[in-house]
Amino acid sequence: MAKESTKRKASKKTTSENPTASPEELLQHYNDMLLIRRFEEKAGQLYGMGLIAGFCHLYIGQEAVVVGMQAAAKEGDSVVTSYRDHGHMLATGMEAKGVMAELTGRRTGYSKGKGGSMHMFSREKNFFGGHGIVGAQVPIGTGLAFAHKYKEDGGVCMAYFGDGASNQGQVFESFNMAALWKLPVVYVIENNRYGMGTSVKRASSNEELFSRGGAFGIPGVSVDGMDVLAVKEAGAKALEHARSGKGPYILGMQTYRYRGHSMSDPAKYRSREEVSKVRSERDPVDRVRQYILDANAADEDALKKIDADVKAVVSEAAEYAQQSPEPDLSELYTDILVEA
Amino acid sequence: MANQVLMPALSPTMTEGTLAKWLVSEGDAVQSGDVIAEIETDKATMELEAVDEGILGKIIVAEGSEGIAVNTPIAVIIEEGEDASAIEVSAPEPVAPATAVAEPAPAAAQPEAQIAAPISEEAYTGSTTSMTVREALRDAMAEEMRTDDTIFLMGEEVAEYQGAYKISQGLLEEFGEKRVIDTPITEHGFTGLSVGAAFGGLRPIVEFMTFNFAMQAMDQLINSAAKTLYMSGGQMGCPAVFRGANGAAAGVAAQHSQCYASWYAHVPGLKVISPYSGEDAKGLLKSAIRDPNPVIFLENEILYGQSFDVPDADDFTIPIGKSKIERSGTDVTLIAYSIMVGVALEAAETLASEGISAEVINLRTLRPLDIDTIVTSIKKTNRVVSVEEGWPVANIGSEIAAITMEHAFDYLDAPVSRVCGEDVPMPYARNLEAAALPNTEKVVTAAKAVCYR
Repeated sequence: MAKESTKRKASKKTTSENPTASPEELLQHYNDMLLIRRFEEKAGQLYGMGLIAGFCHLYIGQEAVVVGMQAAAKEGDSVVTSYRDHGHMLATGMEAKGVMAELTGRRTGYSKGKGGSMHMFSREKNFFGGHGIVGAQVPIGTGLAFAHKYKEDGGVCMAYFGDGASNQGQVFESFNMAALWKLPVVYVIENNRYGMGTSVKRASSNEELFSRGGAFGIPGVSVDGMDVLAVKEAGAKALEHARSGKGPYILGMQTYRYRGHSMSDPAKYRSREEVSKVRSERDPVDRVRQYILDANAADEDALKKIDADVKAVVSEAAEYAQQSPEPDLSELYTDILVEA
Repeated sequence: MANQVLMPALSPTMTEGTLAKWLVSEGDAVQSGDVIAEIETDKATMELEAVDEGILGKIIVAEGSEGIAVNTPIAVIIEEGEDASAIEVSAPEPVAPATAVAEPAPAAAQPEAQIAAPISEEAYTGSTTSMTVREALRDAMAEEMRTDDTIFLMGEEVAEYQGAYKISQGLLEEFGEKRVIDTPITEHGFTGLSVGAAFGGLRPIVEFMTFNFAMQAMDQLINSAAKTLYMSGGQMGCPAVFRGANGAAAGVAAQHSQCYASWYAHVPGLKVISPYSGEDAKGLLKSAIRDPNPVIFLENEILYGQSFDVPDADDFTIPIGKSKIERSGTDVTLIAYSIMVGVALEAAETLASEGISAEVINLRTLRPLDIDTIVTSIKKTNRVVSVEEGWPVANIGSEIAAITMEHAFDYLDAPVSRVCGEDVPMPYARNLEAAALPNTEKVVTAAKAVCYR
């Protein structure tokens, strides 16, 4: 965990000690997080089989962040993120089949096989990508917030980025404009401790990334990003702040990625022990499972049923992604320009 | 000892200005540093400060006078006790060329009809009004903004300052601060923001003060604006216009004088436009704003103040992707865009006096290029010279040469010739700057060479 300061105006911790949720909500969170976990494991497997090309950045370990935020979001809110985007797509309601088929580069994928792992979009689900350039999604998300405000549609944009991206200049340019124009945007920093192979403390002069908006008067809090209920509670506050016209808000999610930066990561920069310690002590899926059992929201059998259902969805997606045909060669020259 | 106050050059491209207002009267004492007059330049209203102290002996140019050339004496400051009535107004000192481009840009009111038999694909027959390129651009934005309230203008100094080059004059007043938005100096940020706003259903017009500063935003323009439609399988386009001054300005040296045409023309997913005349500016900007794709709109600072006849009709537009034959000819095709169209037209005039009939194509759109018009012309003239400010390596002329090889190889009577900017960063000194840019003489020489004359 990063050191947390309570002195800074922009960095007070506001989540309560024991956030609560109804049994139905807990089961939904479990289902949603498990879907991401199993989907990503399958994606890793397909990558190993040579069915997925190029870069493939897995979200395993970070599931509570996007599931908690989506639980707090309202219909019409928009989402934009980086290339580590599979979890965000599933959490916004995009179908596992279409996402997996895009990973395998098939015509049934969300981008007809032309975007791949890092570039997927769904207007219908208000998911605006999937951006491959570190930090580029932050001004784009700020622009989505600009559009929400301009159209007065009551929406808020959740712009996700990692600890690595948080050092990009355009992030600070965005903070400035968002604060200046009171744009409805929540910046969700997914601090998974490593920008590729460089730890936060080796890359950021101030490790309290949630306090980075202080210079612009943007409030920020540190959140236990391994606890879906803490995320949801903090997310709800941040979204309400932005929605009410008070401008941007920063959530510093303390999370962890179990897998490498991408599939080709040699993992020389951290120890096996560090990873297994987080897995055994802070795993977000285990945590919500424990919440369910503690609250008697469901028994082991009911959870096993969810496990089986999720597994079936992922298996079906993998099957679909392998069976779907590749794009027709005629697609090479389509979608370059909108016909006026 | 009387000291003359001269009409100052208050911007790099100013050749004349309006003496808007005298703030002192004859007989008033002035200290050096006192603001004595307001001067309207091609960009803004500026205050003129006294350099010498003394008494304002005589006002030579009355307030409200327009078109006062730079370096014209406008007043005389005398010393205490001097007799103002004895002042003789000396002849204006020789006017230094304020624009240091190699060849003066075509005269302001040069009517197209005199230099060419214009062939307009629109065959517009309605009324026209003479206006500057600056006004044409402003009118295009205003007309489109009236029809669609999702269109907004964003950029540095576009609102309260009325545009660094006065392009957005009056727009804040008409459309309000919601739709005419001053940004911080943060090109990368506001370009990305505009891309996001376009994804979110709005239609941004982004003004770059000049395209030199758009380099800061290159990633968002290429990776986000141009490519997302493709990467999303056609789901999400970016209907935005990115416009501003491109190419060589005058006397501002390497970092502020550069043509980016070939950079952007290289990129699939963009449309790239570079207008020459007021008609181009208005008709093409309106088309760009209506287009559902990201459009790079490359203007030229030196052309902003030049006047052309512009069609009055609100629905006048010029199609993207079509070039214009500005002057018909039979011996050689001169292909140019932006300010170089004027240079090519001047060259054609010179060539005509020497018995060479040059056809001048104004490309208007650089991506997609109007290959048909280019090839048809070359098949007729059998000779081609491209004219542009950009550097030689991989420039627009290179593309024209390749197109010519691919489509009209058997029709060529001479190798394709390129007249372009020299392969150097733009120098500052006037003589070096002039040497670095194409001019009429260079075009005439190249045209004669391909005609073996």
